Amino acid sequence: MTSLVFENVRLIDPASGRDSLGRLVVENGVIVGHDSHEAPKGARVIDGKGAVLCPGLVDMRVTLGEPGSEYRETIQSGAEAAVAGGITSLAVLPDTDPSIDTPSLVHHIRRRGEETGMVALHPYGALTRGCEGKEMAEFGLLKQAGAIAFTDGARALGNAKQMRNILAYSRFLDALIVLHPEEPSLARGGCATGSALAVRLGLPQIPAAAEAMMVTRDLRLAEMTGARVHFAHVSTGEALELIRQAKARNVRVTCDTAPPYFAMTEEDIGDFRTYAKFSPPLRQEQDRQAVFDALADGTIDVVASDHMPADADDKRLPFAHARAGGTGMTTLLGVTLSSGLPIMDALRLLTSAPARLLGLEAGTLAVGRDADLCLFDPNETWTVTAGSMPGCAQNTPFDGRELKGHVLRTFRRGQEVYTTPSLAQGKTA
Amino acid sequence: MRTVRRHNAHLLGIEGMDASDITPFLDLAESYALLSRSRTAPRDVLQGRTVINLFFENSTRTRTSFELAGKRLGADVVNMSVATSSVSKGETLLDTASTLNAMHCDLLVVRHDQSGAPALLSQKVEASVVNAGDGMHEHPTQALLDALTIRRHFGRLDGLTIAICGDVAHSRVVRSNIHLLRAMGSNIRLAGPPTLLPSALGELDGVTLYHDMDEALTGVDVAMCLRVQRERMGGGLVPSAREYFALFGLDRRRLGLAQPNALVMHPGPMNRGIEIASDVADSPQSVISEQVEMGVAVRMAVLDRLSRMQTPS
Repeated sequence: MTSLVFENVRLIDPASGRDSLGRLVVENGVIVGHDSHEAPKGARVIDGKGAVLCPGLVDMRVTLGEPGSEYRETIQSGAEAAVAGGITSLAVLPDTDPSIDTPSLVHHIRRRGEETGMVALHPYGALTRGCEGKEMAEFGLLKQAGAIAFTDGARALGNAKQMRNILAYSRFLDALIVLHPEEPSLARGGCATGSALAVRLGLPQIPAAAEAMMVTRDLRLAEMTGARVHFAHVSTGEALELIRQAKARNVRVTCDTAPPYFAMTEEDIGDFRTYAKFSPPLRQEQDRQAVFDALADGTIDVVASDHMPADADDKRLPFAHARAGGTGMTTLLGVTLSSGLPIMDALRLLTSAPARLLGLEAGTLAVGRDADLCLFDPNETWTVTAGSMPGCAQNTPFDGRELKGHVLRTFRRGQEVYTTPSLAQGKTA
Repeated sequence: MRTVRRHNAHLLGIEGMDASDITPFLDLAESYALLSRSRTAPRDVLQGRTVINLFFENSTRTRTSFELAGKRLGADVVNMSVATSSVSKGETLLDTASTLNAMHCDLLVVRHDQSGAPALLSQKVEASVVNAGDGMHEHPTQALLDALTIRRHFGRLDGLTIAICGDVAHSRVVRSNIHLLRAMGSNIRLAGPPTLLPSALGELDGVTLYHDMDEALTGVDVAMCLRVQRERMGGGLVPSAREYFALFGLDRRRLGLAQPNALVMHPGPMNRGIEIASDVADSPQSVISEQVEMGVAVRMAVLDRLSRMQTPS
């Protein structure tokens, strides 16, 4: 089976806090030792030449086109985009067609992930049946089937009483409820953050307060019910301050953000650039700064790609009609490393933190764990080029950007599932 | 003794009654149970008395049980079904009270979908009022018949552990049962999903809440299931009937966690395959039919005792 020895690598393992040069030994797809551990016979030796070897990234917020929108992206092409970004575990959103709201669909998604041989897919279960925001989904049966958490994707529940019942019900299953924090009646029809720019462009607006309002409501409901709540892709300083305060009084709340919210602002919309249309919308500079500060001070627990595939026809539309969202898996590591966060913090937000939050046995270099690994050069830069990105969907918002952190090789259970093209030519068997 | 008063005695609820208030009802009901079986119930106990079953909410089982109880004791029993109107219920209720007063009714059995309606009526009518179920408040005769059924099997109520499982939040049966079983010294376990189990009940002495059915049933003497209304399982409070059964249904395996001689109870009507598996409902441990039988006996005892407490007019 797969035995590997990584020589001369900078091991960064946020779970243990290690950042030092060393060796890592893999046998039968499992990490068996570090440094002086004896290499198994016939093991393939990979000389890292000082590159970083870290756990395969865990991306806790990914939309794939399959099932239902395979023309945008299949699970196979999504997996290709993921491993090119060093990602080996993906938490996939359930608001597909059909929605992941029955136990058999949960099994299906997990199995489809295994079939790629490249990544582990961890399906979210629907929060409401069909992700329609009406009837509570079968949390108990979905959880038994392997759903890691529950969400309606980018749909928010407007009805406070219903949310209360859902949170109360989720508590005894200790289910994690992942929410899109946006007051739906304020957000409906909007496509840009409330600002002078949106007024000038004549775009319908979603005020930043729509996020803070929903966070306020759901924090209160989480406190009332004792449920575990996670706010996804938080984008405003006001909401982050509410979460910071709630954490200080021990509410069971966590949150994530996505690269567009700390690496872009509404200015990127420019001349109605639909590749800069997101849900929630890109915010103003002070919010972007607040998101970065919250990453630095630990208020934000996880960085997730919020990958959302779209094809050209989804985006070649008037701004308000275009599909929101951008691809993000391949650029996740690069944008996060380029943000100015210390490398250990950046990698923690991308590996051990999401794994722990979701209860996954991933995101660590500990002995005994699957050898899901990412080898990257932190000093080499690369340029994002829409149209020639791995996978199918090409709607990256970072087209033309130069990013730090070039993924050289990615391994899933010791199998090399991605090799950067320049190395692939000289690849040893 | 608050709810059963010397003058114009009523049975509005179990709350406030202690063991010395409850036991005489159970003792008398036990003797009526024997008499009913031998078909030698005295037909003259309530001779010349008028019992009106005033039902503002549909019921076949409870109404029939009260009707039989009254008739077995020789009373004239009249059924009045009053469709609940959406307009001003208070006014309608008081109008009804004056109508009943004019009819010189002795015992009034009331069911209403609003908590507190029988209490309101009791302030205005000359008859003794028996609460036959009011909203989500109390159903005292159900609690008495449950207690009698349990006592007949174990010879006692104190020290027994009784699990009550299902829609506790909306159940008047469970509220009356909690009052009664606590007064008699039983240990009560309440089980259900958090959406159907008010956490405030866990603050009562002698009551423990469970969200895990296996834990709730381990070692119990009685497993009592409550009906879960189908409309509650449409995704509002519970995702689906199949998830409810998977997580909270009383099936053969779960019953095996209880004491070997544990009783299976259900106030009826049952949803087979939702709160209780069919084979459990029909098993030798099930006393569900006996509960119905004890229901008549308990209602005979209640009508008898209340009429004896009335001040002669």
